[in-house]
Amino acid sequence: MVDICIIYDKVRFEEKILYDKALKDGLNVQIVDAKTIAVETNNKRNDLVLGDIVLQRSVSHFRGLYLTACLEFLGFMVINRSKVGEACGNKLITSLKLAKHKVPTPRTYFTFSANAAKDVMNKTGYPVVLKPIVGSWGRGVFALRDEEMANMVVEMREENDTPLSRIYYVQEMVNRPPRDIRCIVVGENVVAAIYRYAAENEWRTNMSKGGRAEKATITKDLEDIALKAAKAVGGGVLGVDLMEDRERGLLVHEINNTVEFRGAYHVSEVDIPGAILDYAIKVAKK
Amino acid sequence: MQIECKDCGAKIKIPDDAVVGEIVSCPDCGGDFEIVSKTDEKVDLKPAESVGEDWGQ
Repeated sequence: MVDICIIYDKVRFEEKILYDKALKDGLNVQIVDAKTIAVETNNKRNDLVLGDIVLQRSVSHFRGLYLTACLEFLGFMVINRSKVGEACGNKLITSLKLAKHKVPTPRTYFTFSANAAKDVMNKTGYPVVLKPIVGSWGRGVFALRDEEMANMVVEMREENDTPLSRIYYVQEMVNRPPRDIRCIVVGENVVAAIYRYAAENEWRTNMSKGGRAEKATITKDLEDIALKAAKAVGGGVLGVDLMEDRERGLLVHEINNTVEFRGAYHVSEVDIPGAILDYAIKVAKK
Repeated sequence: MQIECKDCGAKIKIPDDAVVGEIVSCPDCGGDFEIVSKTDEKVDLKPAESVGEDWGQ
């Protein structure tokens, strides 16, 4: 039987239900705190007892990414692979990969100085969206309504003593209904899709910002685009987020590497943890 | 089960189905604690990590 290892640094709903489901199904599963693991260059695979397949579920992006790289070095198979985490954890890289693979995506601009960012925003016009290239849960994602507001936010970013805050990711404000679509992609399948509606007085649709989930139908178009997007970043277990542009149709704006599926689990009536565990076993047996 | 908050002394309720690695919060001071170990008789907590800039999905 395949030995599955779930790595966490903070147990959320998703890690708990994955572990519970594995136990219920009689699988060999262990759950390991990423914060307790140490790896050294002389290590061999057998020095760490992490089973046949690792589900990397750390909430900290960089902890998950670099631990995955270390485990891959030792020969462990990890879902998702570090190169997928690297692509998804950085919105700039994600956008480049989506564009390269001809996945429909919002028009996005990248600049490497405050002045260039201001120039771009003044040319595109307002409103326009400014996002940090690394970050989640909608933090630091701003809808800039006019030049004055844009200048204030850019100044704030320049004051922030983080090198990445000076890389500017400017995206068109897509003309969409007040919702987006989250697809849970597991390997070659879209196992669930939900609409995420923005909370009152909030334009961002993140569940962490009070967004509400509703079941969405997985149309052929949605399935095709979500799978193409997942493939563009290397595939695995992913949350592909799309917007419905009123003229251009579906646009992929983000792909999540350690996908949270609490909302999707409750409204979609799909056994998402079961699908993830089945996929892990399949990958381990390859 | 209830356990004393290390910061303020209030009682933190530990749900029966809570597992190691989960975060519990003190209802009085709002402090967050990670469950380090849990048996039917005993629960050990440590201060939880604060939310990092790179936390998320």
